[in-house]
Order: sequence, then C-alpha cells, then structure tokens
Amino acid sequence: MSHMQWQGYLRKDGRKGIRNYITVVYLVECAHHVAREITSRFKEHPVQLIGFAGCYPNAYADRVMNSLCTHPNVGAVLLISLGCESFDRKKLEENIRQSGRPVNSIVIQEAGGTRKAINDGVRWVDWCSGIIGNTMMVPMTVNDLVVGTVCGGSDATSGITANPAVGLAFNKLVANKGIAIFEETGEMIGLEEVMSSRAVNPQLAIELKKSVEKAARYYSAMGHGSFAPGNADGGLTTIEEKSMGAYCKSGDCQISGLIKPGDRPVQPGLYLMDVVPDGEPKFGFPNINDTVEIVEMISSGCHIILFTTGRGSVVGSAISPVIKICANPQTYRRMEEDMDINAGGILTGETTLRDTGEKIFEGILAVASGIPTCSEGLGHQEFMLSYKTFTPLGPGCLPV
Amino acid sequence: MDKLIKIHSLDNVMIVTADIQAGEHLHIRRTEYYFDKPVGIGHKVAAQFIESGGKIIKYGVPIGSATEDIQMGGHVHLHNMKSDYIPTYTYEKQYPGDANPSLTNQSINQVL
Repeated sequence: MSHMQWQGYLRKDGRKGIRNYITVVYLVECAHHVAREITSRFKEHPVQLIGFAGCYPNAYADRVMNSLCTHPNVGAVLLISLGCESFDRKKLEENIRQSGRPVNSIVIQEAGGTRKAINDGVRWVDWCSGIIGNTMMVPMTVNDLVVGTVCGGSDATSGITANPAVGLAFNKLVANKGIAIFEETGEMIGLEEVMSSRAVNPQLAIELKKSVEKAARYYSAMGHGSFAPGNADGGLTTIEEKSMGAYCKSGDCQISGLIKPGDRPVQPGLYLMDVVPDGEPKFGFPNINDTVEIVEMISSGCHIILFTTGRGSVVGSAISPVIKICANPQTYRRMEEDMDINAGGILTGETTLRDTGEKIFEGILAVASGIPTCSEGLGHQEFMLSYKTFTPLGPGCLPV
Repeated sequence: MDKLIKIHSLDNVMIVTADIQAGEHLHIRRTEYYFDKPVGIGHKVAAQFIESGGKIIKYGVPIGSATEDIQMGGHVHLHNMKSDYIPTYTYEKQYPGDANPSLTNQSINQVL
C-alpha cells in the first residue's frame, strides 16, 4: 500500500510534521497588531499567526504555547512581545531553540515602536522563508500520525452520520498503530460505565469515570442542562443516547490513556482528552468555542483534526489542517466549498456508513501527504488560547 | 435506498434516515415493516422484538431500557423506553451525618 506512506518534515525530537509553517506569535494582545501586520505581508507563504492575549501569567497557557511552538507542523517561530507582559518569553524562546527550530524575538518597546518592530519582523520572516525549505524530508506513515476529533455546530444528523463514520476511521487509524484523540467529557454524561469498560486497565477506568463526573459537576455549576426538549423531537430519547451521538466518534477500540491539554501520548492507541479545568470553576466555561478545543488537541500533538458538523461550521485552524465532515446532506449542498467530506450521503442513500468511514481514513492520508483541506484552501487559520487551571494527570493515565 | 439503517452491528434498533409516512410499508433485508403512524428522521425503530425491561442497544451499547414489550418495527421513544442513568456524583455529597444533602446536582426526574 504505497499511498500509506508519504514524505514528512523531520524534527530534532524525532517527530515528523505534515506542514512546515513559520509561526508568528504575539505574547500579549498589545503585540497582536504588529504580529498580524508581519504575517499579512506573507499571504502566499506558509506563515501563520497565533498568540495569547492575556497579560497575566497562566501555567496552562504557558504549557500549551510551548507545545504549539514545538509542534511538528511548525518549522520556525517568531515571538512578538510588547516588553512588559508577564509571559515567560525567555523560557519559550529557549525551548524552541532547544527543539532545533530557527527562533527570534522582537520586543516592540526595545525595537522602537510599531513600525520598526514590523520591519524587523518582516525581515526575519523573509530570511527564514529562504532557509525553511531545507528542512529534511523523511518517509512518514500512519504510525507517525496523531489525529484528533471534535464536533461543532451539531444537529440531529451528526450522531447518525458523521460521528459514527469518524468512529470507523478512528478504529482503522488505531488498528494501523496511529494515535487518535477524542474529547468532550461534558458530552459523555451517562456513559461513565460504557467508557470505563473500554479502559486498558482498572486504574485508567477509574480516571475516565472521574473525568466525566468532573465535567458533569462543572457544567451544572455553569447552569448547563444536558437534555433539551428539542433533542426528543429529533428522535433522541435518553441522555445516554444523546451522549453516544458525540462519543461514538471515538469508535469502539480500547482506550489507552487519559490526557490533559499539552500532554502528548507516545504509544499508539486511543486517548481521551480531559479539557475541563480542575478545581472550582474559575475562568468561566471550560471551552468558549470550537477553536479553543481544536487548539488544545493540536497542543497534544495532533497533526490533523477531524471536525464533524451538521449545521455547517466553516472553521479551520492554525498549525494543523482541519478536515470537515458534514453530517447533513442539505448543509453539504449549501456549503459544499467548505466541506471536505459529505457524510450526509448516508441519509440520501448515496453512500454508506462504512464507505464514509473509509473515505475519512483516505482523507487523513491525503491531507497528511500535503493536499490542502477546504479550510486551508480558503485561508482559515483560527486560533484561540484562554486561561485555565489544571492539576497534573493521575497515576495510570498516560502509558509511556 | 434504505430508510432504516443500523449504526452498529450489535444494535437492536434502526434509525430512520428519511421521514416515514403513516401507512408506509418498508422492505429492509427481506423483512417487511408496516407503519400505521408517521415516524420522523432520526427516530428509532425496533429491529427485533424487545421484551419489557430489555436493553435498547444503539451504537453497540445500552442507551436505556424498554418500559413495555416492543414489537419488531415499533417506534422506540419516550412512550416505551427510559434512561437507566443515575449520576454517581449525586451520591458523593451524602456523607454520613450530612444534615442537608444538596439537591442541586440531582437530575430533574429524580426531584420531580
């Protein structure tokens, strides 16, 4: 199967990337404009903008940013600092340098203001564009890949077409020794037993169950219900059934571990990402939008995100391509240009669940080999990183 | 095309992929199903006889139990099945000697 192998970008830590971006990073909102201006001069180049808006320190944001800047899809990094924000820029820069990537910092206050900082940044990115093409390329296969999945803009079709189809693709990915990550513990309420019975060992089973209980507590503190009357109109009868609609994206293989944002699985297998903060609710909703979830998955090493949508989300992402799988055939017809895969064909009889699962798997390979997704082609590169608090993983969560 | 699909091989219900009209006959894998009432897209239909108290299996896992006998081809919904879910965390707070256990985390159907 020659199409199961392609060329990837080799990084110093042995990981392989499927893209080779120069990433421009603002370290506080005050540096955002300068970073955006620099990035916008390179529209036709693989140069992307990410950043953290907050001025106050946060261990989670620090960790996620460090993981993102050393992600295998990132080839070089330019840090843009105002100068007085609290982000630990020196440590981040050192980590990136240690990872073997070209890195530079521009401090706006030291550079002499907006215009000078933009000019310095443009010059560096220009220089970097010249050398980044020399990155060593090596053969890459499914067992080098980390793939995550989220859903957004869901409707009644999501749980019967796109989500179970992603589950089939995940089964095949894990069978081929890839790493698959799913999340949304808040949508697994009612499935504590079902999920923990898939754990690779009893210790992990307890941790999985605890993560869903934490989510249930967190969401009830936020005043969120789980089951709305509209769900019943759409044919859903119980909370277990509704939760399964999202959870079935995980397929039905064994669960190898539980991670939190920034933790990176190394052994092949399926992992649950717990994105609900630990402790009392502190910074509001666990994830304020889909992009925050996507960014967290990328920070745990995802090369590709499988995004299922019924209503029709258009988002992509910085750093890792997003493959959008449209659950609803009417939405697909309306927004075809934004959708990579039409899972709605399962409802119209054009295709089957099994064939759609295959198509998603083939889509992963195609995108990994360099073919752009719809959102990449349209220039999407959404990014968002907010404040959170996490305690370290419990014992038995992450096999090494 | 099939108007009824099974999501997982272990399932004992099928999912309606296009609205079924009252009086409609469907032939799915050499079995004939007759519907005297309309059943909407996304709803469940029994793929076999399900005894009262038996588990309803969708996605290969139990999503609740039948509250009455359900014939093959019968619409499976609020009128003949129920959730089996009781959140475990609602009991955690009820320590021995806890004079006033909080009700805030209990689900609606436990309170009513």
